[in-house]
Amino acid sequence: MALIEVENLSVHYGTKEKLVRAVEGVSLSLDARESYGLVGESGSGKSTILRAICGLAPITAGQIRIDGQPVPTPRGRAFSRRVQMVFQDPYASLHPRHTLDRTLSEPLAIHGIGDTDARVVKALQDVGLPANFRFRYPHQLSGGQRQRVAIARALMLEPEILLLDEPTSALDASVQAETLNLLNRLRSERGLTFLMVSHDLAVIDHMCDRVLVMQHGRAVEELTRDQLASATMTTDYARTLFEASADRMLGA
Amino acid sequence: MTLLSVKDLRVTFDTEAGRVEAVRGVSFSLGRERLGIVGESGSGKTMTGRSVLRLIRPPGRIEAAEMVFDGTDLMRASEREMRALRGQRIAMVMQDPKYSLNPVMKIGAQLTEGLRRRDGLSAKVAREKAIEALEAVQIRGPERVMEAYPHELSGGMGQRVMIAMMLIPNPDLLIADEPTSALDVTVQAEVLSILDGLVRDRGMGLIFISHDLRLVGRFCDRVLVMYKGRVVEELEAKNLMQAEHPYTRGLLNCLPRIGGERAPLPGLDRAAEWAE
Repeated sequence: MALIEVENLSVHYGTKEKLVRAVEGVSLSLDARESYGLVGESGSGKSTILRAICGLAPITAGQIRIDGQPVPTPRGRAFSRRVQMVFQDPYASLHPRHTLDRTLSEPLAIHGIGDTDARVVKALQDVGLPANFRFRYPHQLSGGQRQRVAIARALMLEPEILLLDEPTSALDASVQAETLNLLNRLRSERGLTFLMVSHDLAVIDHMCDRVLVMQHGRAVEELTRDQLASATMTTDYARTLFEASADRMLGA
Repeated sequence: MTLLSVKDLRVTFDTEAGRVEAVRGVSFSLGRERLGIVGESGSGKTMTGRSVLRLIRPPGRIEAAEMVFDGTDLMRASEREMRALRGQRIAMVMQDPKYSLNPVMKIGAQLTEGLRRRDGLSAKVAREKAIEALEAVQIRGPERVMEAYPHELSGGMGQRVMIAMMLIPNPDLLIADEPTSALDVTVQAEVLSILDGLVRDRGMGLIFISHDLRLVGRFCDRVLVMYKGRVVEELEAKNLMQAEHPYTRGLLNCLPRIGGERAPLPGLDRAAEWAE
């Protein structure tokens, strides 16, 4: 059975006079330990799907199920033990006046998990940050180091599902490579399921088994990794997107 | 023809923890062409761009053996002379439209401010010019955008507004600092073709600062590769993919590719001797 099922999801904002249809009737399903990508231009609704899953955007119509169970509203603690999100901009998503120690130990305190000290040290080690970073503030770190902290924070509760919203688009090429390697290593070590948003087809191809192309809030086409590499997409939009990324092909 | 010539540029910050040299002896010259500067964050590419406009605040210091723009010695120019150059003749598009536009001013007011104050145009003429500039960067519905605040625009729109604003005085040199990093591929292509058209039609010089090697290789004429404040390699953009310097090769190899292997991406080798 699929671990995450999104069925006919619609997310609308605003009033009747000025309705914004951010997501319109999108369905997708992921098996456990799968890595699934969402691509599309800005405003295509890809991030909104992630936000709807973890309760940051309203579900106007349709259903989201985790392990066959519809997600509760509000999502609650049991949900956050299983599903965590990593945001796009590591400059904006860490509390500027909390040390890394506080950022990382807060989820433990909320969920009444003990052994804070050892867990925080272990978390820093897992994402490849030195232990003496523990009492630093976010402004004392580089962008790549901050994104590592954001990943460590998401993993504090040992979730099965990570929702990744453009985790490397704010980073340099070299730091992007390090972060993608880190995510892949953590996925294989912990058997994580990834739902990942990116506008870079090469990143999606490197990370994901299947990808859903989106435009204007609607699903355009679902492609497997082989279909993407062999350019056997059937819709015009998916092809346009692919051709705009032609310089990201192997051998280009 | 040389528009800008820079020799042995150094930018130094005297901090409590000692001297930090952000740029160490960079030399280049620019005609009416597209020059790309690439490198990782912290390699000094933004500082190089800002030095040309002398936009580095104390404790930062700029030193150069020569920095001449179209006959004007930028190192000796007075603040008054610099002000006449900034915006009018040398314009800079900053990295992030979210932080570079005034959040409490409508786009229209920001675009016409310079025209009205500096050029003394009437409100009507200034408005027409501003709308023209927005059309030049292919913004649909410029009247609506004139009445919008920056937070009401998407990243791509904000970036295009910034470019429009910089192009109103018709500068000879445009320094674009990561103008497309915040944009997705389709919008990116549009912004690049706008910049490309300006270089071709107006004969403008362009310094294009970016960390995206593929983009620079495709878009620019010449590329400087910077590492720790130094230029490690200068080459024709079309030869970028065949670059020989191990640092440039490293930057190219760490990019994932469609249809590539799933093996871990090679990390970047940062040898200290390249910085010497």
